[in-house]
Amino acid sequence: MNAANPTLGDPHVWLKRQSRWSPFEILFWLAALLPFFLFPTYLTLASQVAIVALFAISVDLVLGYAGIVTLGHAMFFGLGAYAAGIISVHGWGEPLTGLIFAGAFAGLIGFIVSFLIVRVQHLALIMVTLGLGFLTLELANSMSWLTGGADGLRGISTWPIFNQFRFDLWGYTAYSYSLIALFVGFLISRRIVHSSFGLSLRGIRENVTRMPAIGSDYKFHLRKIYTISAAMAGVAGALLTQTTNTVALDSLSFQRSADVVVMLILGGTGRLYGAILGAIIFLIARDQLSGVNPQYWYFWIGVLLMIVVLFMPKGILGFLARIAGRRD
Amino acid sequence: MAGQDFVLTTQALKKSFGKLEVARDISLSLPRGCRYALIGPNGAGKTTLINLVNGQLKPDSGRILLEGEDITRLLPADRVRRGLTRTFQINQLFPDLTPIESVTLAVTERDGTAGQFWRSLHSHTEAIDEAFAILQQLGLADVATRLTRTLAYGQQRLLEIALALATRPKVLLLDEPAAGVPKDESAALFEVIAALPADISVLFIEHDMDIVFRFASRIIVLVAGGVLVEDTPDEVRNDPRVREVYLGQAAHHG
Repeated sequence: MNAANPTLGDPHVWLKRQSRWSPFEILFWLAALLPFFLFPTYLTLASQVAIVALFAISVDLVLGYAGIVTLGHAMFFGLGAYAAGIISVHGWGEPLTGLIFAGAFAGLIGFIVSFLIVRVQHLALIMVTLGLGFLTLELANSMSWLTGGADGLRGISTWPIFNQFRFDLWGYTAYSYSLIALFVGFLISRRIVHSSFGLSLRGIRENVTRMPAIGSDYKFHLRKIYTISAAMAGVAGALLTQTTNTVALDSLSFQRSADVVVMLILGGTGRLYGAILGAIIFLIARDQLSGVNPQYWYFWIGVLLMIVVLFMPKGILGFLARIAGRRD
Repeated sequence: MAGQDFVLTTQALKKSFGKLEVARDISLSLPRGCRYALIGPNGAGKTTLINLVNGQLKPDSGRILLEGEDITRLLPADRVRRGLTRTFQINQLFPDLTPIESVTLAVTERDGTAGQFWRSLHSHTEAIDEAFAILQQLGLADVATRLTRTLAYGQQRLLEIALALATRPKVLLLDEPAAGVPKDESAALFEVIAALPADISVLFIEHDMDIVFRFASRIIVLVAGGVLVEDTPDEVRNDPRVREVYLGQAAHHG
């Protein structure tokens, strides 16, 4: 029994089209190479953007797709950042294994925490994520023998990638490294959101009440995506450590957790590119505006946030998609 | 054990909220392929009974057997996986998914491939075929790729049933499938329900007596949390207790 019906459009074709690469996407990734040629003095900033974009994608997976609102995801970013820093201080500065170690460590903690996360909803969920974030920050603060406490971790040195590419002062290696990591993280996320698992996550976001009624063990799905997301956030944190050779407590801060949610809201949740766009806008705005006035630059982020929330409820990318007449 | 030809059996189900008894000693048996109606005045406990059977509520006492196996302690999702599925009086759909996505989701949840994050969705060709066949069966093929929230209300009610069918139920509990549907459309909706595969046992709640008498092979009358009568439509129609308690009351309202 083949369900295809030529007059209606084959559902297989339609579903396949949903995950096809659009020309915009290819253009976007080509444009990501432009800083090498156009803004070689800004490669350090570009590297930061790529790192934060990867972090924002990890949050989009849980917030935008599965509907888990989190205000404590910096916890995994920071755990990854410290994990990479600590093994470097103890004599292992090889970057790729450092990334894997940091991701695995953050993912393990994410897996443990996920059992708590799936038990709560709504405001209680936000408070639990917030509380876990505070807890981790203060643990890192008090364990100064391991983390360096408020002074940050000293003595990190990251070896050249493949023993070939030394992290240079201008950020060529840093941006290349971060951009490749972002791209790989993006490809993994893209595959996840266009899989049957991704469809289940959207089902949870759309109507969690219905999920058990179609026989879904949705809490298992939630634990899985939370673990994946934590690992990805950990890799982003490790990238920051390796490209800057520093880790400080601000990698675990509430500010970082809140900023990443702001970026997602600005760019648009549940569309991966919204996370990247949000990170670009936020970090470039911070760089430019804090040059004008270092104290009050959040004022403009506040203005921008309100404009977006009031007039573009699906974020800047959702707004652009609507103008272009594309399905969300 | 309780009759081989009964797919679902409840034994003396009891449930109280404080002093209010919402289910008193409810013992029912649904044979394979039945089309039973559950009727009763507002507040009789019809939806409560469905919530007890599907596991959203836990009974204070009593047992529920599905094909002879005790499922009284199973979670709702586990009951669905064993073939006991319900629909909802108020739509419980996925507004920003399309029908083909929604039903494919339900199919992959059933066949255990829903967690595969390394495979693209469109590679699940058999699941998609099955989902589309269900949509065709319910007359939703034309709107398979529209967003659910843009569908006509009647189509959304059909999608409620489509999602349930994707779980391959042995027993289907339909909580007012035609709720909110205009009278002339609700008969058409029940034609669809009557045409469901003959091996599925259906228990439906419905207020419209014409529909009940037309589509039910047997009727269960629930009053104040207890079964008043369980009999064929003809017997129920002529039962003086039913006339007094249920139909009489309906006549007053009407």
